Amino acid sequence: MAQATVEELRGLTTADGTPLRRALHRAERRAKLRAFLLVAPLLAFLSVTFIYPIAQMLWRSVHDATVSELLPNTGAALRDWEDRSQLPPESVFAAFAGDLEQSAADRTIGQVATRVNFEEGGLRSTFTRTARRIDDAEGVTSWRDWFLEQNEDWGKLGTWAVIERLSHPISAMQYVAALDRQYTVEGEIVRAPEERRIYVPIFMRTLWMSLLVTGLTLLLGYPIAYLLATLPLRTSNLLMIMVLLPFWTSLLVRTTSWIVILGTEGVLNDVLVWLGILSEAGRVQLIYNQTGTVIAMTQILLPFMVLPLYSVMKTISPSYMRAAMSLGAPRFLAFWRVYAPNTLPGVGAGALLVFILSIGYYITPALVGGRTGQMISNFIAFHMQSSLNWGLAAALGGILLAGVLLLYALYNRLVGVEKLSLG
Amino acid sequence: MYYLTSLPSYASTLEKIWYVLFRVICGFVFLFLIAPILIIIPLSFNAEPYFTFTEGMLALERSAFSTRWYEMFMSDARWMNSVKNSVVVAFFSTILATALGTTAALGLSRSLMPARTFFMSVLISPMVVPLIITAAGIYFFYSSVGLTNSLVGIILAHTALGTPFVVITVTATLIGFDHSLTRASAMLGADPRQTFFKITMPLIMPGVISGALFAFVTSFDEVVVVLFIALNPAEYTIPRQMWSGIREQISPAILAVATCLIGLSIVLMTVLELLRRRSERLRGMTPQ
Repeated sequence: MAQATVEELRGLTTADGTPLRRALHRAERRAKLRAFLLVAPLLAFLSVTFIYPIAQMLWRSVHDATVSELLPNTGAALRDWEDRSQLPPESVFAAFAGDLEQSAADRTIGQVATRVNFEEGGLRSTFTRTARRIDDAEGVTSWRDWFLEQNEDWGKLGTWAVIERLSHPISAMQYVAALDRQYTVEGEIVRAPEERRIYVPIFMRTLWMSLLVTGLTLLLGYPIAYLLATLPLRTSNLLMIMVLLPFWTSLLVRTTSWIVILGTEGVLNDVLVWLGILSEAGRVQLIYNQTGTVIAMTQILLPFMVLPLYSVMKTISPSYMRAAMSLGAPRFLAFWRVYAPNTLPGVGAGALLVFILSIGYYITPALVGGRTGQMISNFIAFHMQSSLNWGLAAALGGILLAGVLLLYALYNRLVGVEKLSLG
Repeated sequence: MYYLTSLPSYASTLEKIWYVLFRVICGFVFLFLIAPILIIIPLSFNAEPYFTFTEGMLALERSAFSTRWYEMFMSDARWMNSVKNSVVVAFFSTILATALGTTAALGLSRSLMPARTFFMSVLISPMVVPLIITAAGIYFFYSSVGLTNSLVGIILAHTALGTPFVVITVTATLIGFDHSLTRASAMLGADPRQTFFKITMPLIMPGVISGALFAFVTSFDEVVVVLFIALNPAEYTIPRQMWSGIREQISPAILAVATCLIGLSIVLMTVLELLRRRSERLRGMTPQ
């Protein structure tokens, strides 16, 4: 068989006379299909309950048909508004009057007003008030003059630019807002004024806090992973409980305990006062700020750093260090030049995992973050639940998701999903 | 390996100092990890409604300790309802996640699985995508199909969040799986179903159970999705109820609940450790 030529192999057939090549191909295809069919139920389930909902939410970040549907004629008329240094022509005002009257009659004006108000605060009342009066407007010769009489907002170029932008159902405007940019009347994108730049600093803070937490978990996790990997198994198994118990304990329990420990009347402050390090009046505020959030997140995410580090360190043979030291390297040099480089895969895996997890953290910052410890997730939640600016929430979420997926792809490439260890 | 951390007699003073210092540092890190969890336990027996140790507690007076917060927790209808919800949700989502995840892991471990890495990373993604994004997506989707304010909705969402853990643990067990065993079973006349239940299943069982435990804990601990889709207190789970407790007024009853949850995690951790040992034993028997 080893000497068989390709020609001879082509001639081979199975018992029923099909060429062997085709039979093998078919068997392989069938095996592939069978393997896929096993994966298919979960894939279908996740598509419906996880992937589709997220895609649908992200769609909201680029698609919003409120204004284009409820003020259809205004949008069309505004396509003729070319000279942006002047108010739109009378035709636009007339079309807008018709749309407004219709919208007031359909009781959809509230939706329009709310949507417009997200773009320019204060426009809500302008819209609703004017809409209330439009029924009584009779024998109007110039709608332009009529509107200008109602409210000074109608004389502002910005108001019409907002309506024009919103009349396109698909646009990148939520991403523009999420990156602290805004449109000029001419439709150019410029940086928002200093006091209205909110989200870029929040993204920066999220990155900074995540980096800090990753750095701290590495700093604290490396020594104990090393200790666990080099101690005899019996002792290290016992110490491992100290890493695994926090890993298995509810996130809310751990956050609660940090509130108890770090509060101004909490255990830590009490101990420091009792030891005489702090005076009764000098109790430090350690919680409801960034410090508290970073401390709590470091403790919560530390096991995710220790476990991958430990599993890599476990595979490093102690004879490497012994060899280096017998060749004359002092202990520290041997560690730095021989042992540490071997642990890099663990460092990479742990750091990426902790960073990915912390960048999307929500619970801990929400409960102990106060004002300065809020991260981007908290702002997404705010726009989802309180301001109800869902388009902006979706755009912020889209940026966050893109970042996380990028890191996830990097993780897959460097570490591999299948190596994701779970204690 | 032993003498890497125990010092030889000829160690220099500097090495001795470092040896001690290193252990002290590690001790502090372990303290940092475990203290926040342990401190909750004595505080939950506080007789006063405070979150710190009273003088009586430090003096170990009997009267300073009480189980009043446990009684409060047990007698509160809202807490009991949340316990019931959590158990129901975690139970059903664990079963669903384990069934779906195990099947998928079996497929992913077949040598002829097409585009394995891609599918694997898709199936793991619920673990990686920030919960707030998942929660927001599910909220919109559930609103459009009428699944908000129902335990069924929470169960489905928690199933999605729990499956990655099952996929990971079961695939990990299957890496060491000796496929000649299934071939031998087929050769001896077993049909695929018999082979699966008599040969494959018992061998991958440790992985399946630990995956199930992870899925259970994930559901039992999850609060972000619940925050978005359970708007009535009737559907609150334990973590959701704790969230309200922390947000509104933090009462020591929360510490009693937390202590119970710590007890639960100790139990789960022990079960998992026993499983791991069993799995190692089983694998030791199969020739590699």
